[in-house]
Amino acid sequence: MIPRHRVFAFFAAMVGMAAIATRADAAVFNPRTFTMANGMQVVVVENHRIPAVTHMVWYKAGAADEPRGKSGVAHYLEHLMFKGTRIYGPGEFSRRVAVNGGRENAFTSYDYTAYHQTVARERLELVMKLEADRMTNLTLTPKLAKPELQVVLEERRARIENEPAAQLDEQVRAALFVHHPYGIPVIGWEPEIKELTARDALAFYRARYAPNNAILVIAGDITLEQVKPLAEKYYGAIPARPIAPRMRGIEPAPIAMRRVVLESPRARRPSFSRSYLAPSYRMGEPDQAYALALLSEILGGGGTSRFYRSLVIEQRLAVGAGTGYDPDVRDLSRFVIHVSPREGVELPAIEAAVDAEIARLLAEGVSEDEVDRAKKRLQASAIYARDSLQTGARVLGATLAVDGTIADVEAWPERIGAVTPAQVTEAARRVLQPARSVTGFLIPGGRS
Amino acid sequence: MSVRNAIRLGDGAAMLMRAGLAAAFIVLTSSLSFAGPAIQRVKSPGGIEAWLVEDHSVPVVAMRMAFRGGSAEDPPDRLGLANVVAGMLDEGAGDLDAQAFRTRLDDNSIALGFEDSRDLFTGYVKTLSVNRDLAFELMALALTKPRFDAEPIDRIRSAILARLKRQTGDPDYLASRLWWSKAFPATPYGRPPDGTVETVSKIDAGDLRGFVERRLARDNLFIGVVGDITAEQLAPALDRVFGGLPARAQPVALGDVRPSTAGNIFMMDRQNPQSVIVFGEAGLKRNDPDYYAAFVMNHILGGGSFSSRLYREVREKRGLAYSVYSYLSPLDEAGLIMGGVATENSRVAETIATVRDVWRSMPLTGATATELSEAKSYLTGSFALQFDNTDHIARLLVSIQLDDLGIDYIDRRNDLIAAVTQQDVLRVARRVLDAKSLTFAVVGQPQGLPADSIAEKNVE
Repeated sequence: MIPRHRVFAFFAAMVGMAAIATRADAAVFNPRTFTMANGMQVVVVENHRIPAVTHMVWYKAGAADEPRGKSGVAHYLEHLMFKGTRIYGPGEFSRRVAVNGGRENAFTSYDYTAYHQTVARERLELVMKLEADRMTNLTLTPKLAKPELQVVLEERRARIENEPAAQLDEQVRAALFVHHPYGIPVIGWEPEIKELTARDALAFYRARYAPNNAILVIAGDITLEQVKPLAEKYYGAIPARPIAPRMRGIEPAPIAMRRVVLESPRARRPSFSRSYLAPSYRMGEPDQAYALALLSEILGGGGTSRFYRSLVIEQRLAVGAGTGYDPDVRDLSRFVIHVSPREGVELPAIEAAVDAEIARLLAEGVSEDEVDRAKKRLQASAIYARDSLQTGARVLGATLAVDGTIADVEAWPERIGAVTPAQVTEAARRVLQPARSVTGFLIPGGRS
Repeated sequence: MSVRNAIRLGDGAAMLMRAGLAAAFIVLTSSLSFAGPAIQRVKSPGGIEAWLVEDHSVPVVAMRMAFRGGSAEDPPDRLGLANVVAGMLDEGAGDLDAQAFRTRLDDNSIALGFEDSRDLFTGYVKTLSVNRDLAFELMALALTKPRFDAEPIDRIRSAILARLKRQTGDPDYLASRLWWSKAFPATPYGRPPDGTVETVSKIDAGDLRGFVERRLARDNLFIGVVGDITAEQLAPALDRVFGGLPARAQPVALGDVRPSTAGNIFMMDRQNPQSVIVFGEAGLKRNDPDYYAAFVMNHILGGGSFSSRLYREVREKRGLAYSVYSYLSPLDEAGLIMGGVATENSRVAETIATVRDVWRSMPLTGATATELSEAKSYLTGSFALQFDNTDHIARLLVSIQLDDLGIDYIDRRNDLIAAVTQQDVLRVARRVLDAKSLTFAVVGQPQGLPADSIAEKNVE
């Protein structure tokens, strides 16, 4: 993970990878769970490699839950959650975690905001006490909130404005989701960020941060029996509050092929992307999501994938080619193909080659051997996922926060294993349609 | 190569990511004791040594290796050679051409690859333990029988050339390049580690073979292995993987590579809304007796992620930046203390002045008793958290050997930190920090910079 307060614009890819990376043999993490009287679910994943624990609180509150006109407020609130409570002054949270040898951070995505610390097992109670405190006692003054807004604007400049490829992707998303808030950047649109206030952040906090809208995940050298009394003491004592349903609107069926072209004098190299509106594990046709995870591996998973072999090795049109697909979101997802052309190759030639590869796929389908190889790789990745304290906590937290279940995580290798080649071909035919797509061109040149 | 500069493992390292979190992998507190992983010294029948931490909790094995000598040793007319080799060693070896080699890796979920830094050439292989023999065999082939076929050379070189070209528009890359070229003029550390379009275009199979023959050997090799493997299984495998390497490497002496920093501000005009700023000056090498004092001092200065003086003054109080940090960068032939920040063009002057003020105040005041105790508490307390996965432990095993810290280092390390006093911090701050020689490289359209700032059009 990255620095504090990282905005997960690309979280999609990351959790997608982690999730994929995480589930493969019969049971994956063997977590245990219970739900407290106030509605807060608690999940424990045992991992005894070192005498430490990762403690995470996930709120089902992300950028897609923001009120219209307040884009960026979920992420701004995440920054402000470190600015103090009625009990602990500004910066006190981080100071206490650090003095106790802990690492901490937080992140915001479309569907959730999560806060996490990794500490020695003996320090778990301390971080629970601090985290439970800021679930209800946050205090914000304009004096503290104002400079932080500048920090967020600098973060946006660093991630987006200074990076032509990120600017293009922001525009591609905005075109892909014609109505759903997944088309708005997680960090927010600049003119709206500039108008955000402490009052806006507090309103979002009061509307969404409550135990019945949160999940506690603890991974490490500890058992559920040890966690339970602590969880009850700190989080169980916080009363549930009514939470309004998530109102995100319904994305209409796509009917028009779209094209987004960014000419930038700061881009020194062209690049190509093609995004298709796609189902997730929870929306659209969820069964297809497992088939699409395999399709992504077959088309773009590394140096032996179809796109790499065809565009990079055989036709020598590109220096890189791959795919991205993150089905672990609450609403619809996207399936992305990206290509970096060779020097001297124009983007229309890349587009034609991508279209030819897709046409061949849709006409001939995928082979049994390709599907078997992809299954084996995805299932192996679930074993690797156990080689880390945090991965299990992240995958389980992300899944539960988008209304998935522990069973979804644990059964993932099995569900991947059950997909047939015919289902992969069928999913490709349903999703890789021009009308569902946005094509992005990044072209060096033009004026800024 | 802003990231690359910083990748040096072990304590000194601190900075992994350029974006903010300086103390990314440090970790437990003074009152907690932690028994580090038990390290075994494994010697093969052929005399090759590796350090091993056995851990059978997950059926995975990770091996990392480092050869001393990195891109700084590349010939001036073949800059970027180490980087091309790193991209080529997993593109076909022995009887397996590039696709056959990659298919073996992918179908068995084996991660295998190579990286270069200024001082090192490193390799890694990570595998499920059921595929261990195959993974080791592929690593042996990559190291000792690389094919360097024409097709992958052309392909990998094209990819590197495309990246070099893309980077000419990347303010992070340019700021780093500008700083290094000014701090190390006409020395190997001042050259672009990945070369230029001109030098990389010239690299051919003969160059790659020459690199492998001269630079990858048993006498400049350090190995760390972690996971589901025993010492008895590892010992013979070491001979299979590394036994085919030549006994001795032919290192290239780097000559005098002391940094020259005179406190200038160098700037390059690029149309970014936000200026990217790299700063630094001479620091300490890893074997300096004051290294631990400097390490703690830097944590207070700009290493502590959310608690350092730079973080407080630049980000929290003034909202000037999302990310601001400093770190020690101990190269083999030169020590550095470096940092980075990025801010809107209109606020560059204020940001640089603030960084300079923080730099100036530390040698005057030293650290307060509270700052020191909190820094030590964090650094000692968090140390053990990095042992949470096989890759991190394997990296640490290699860096402890490279830095010659001793096999008991993990057990001693927290005592070395705990022994640092306020007097030590003050002394080392006076020795290392000099606001007058702190040198800045700025890429963007900064406003209000001092008149004596030096404009540069380009950097190699």
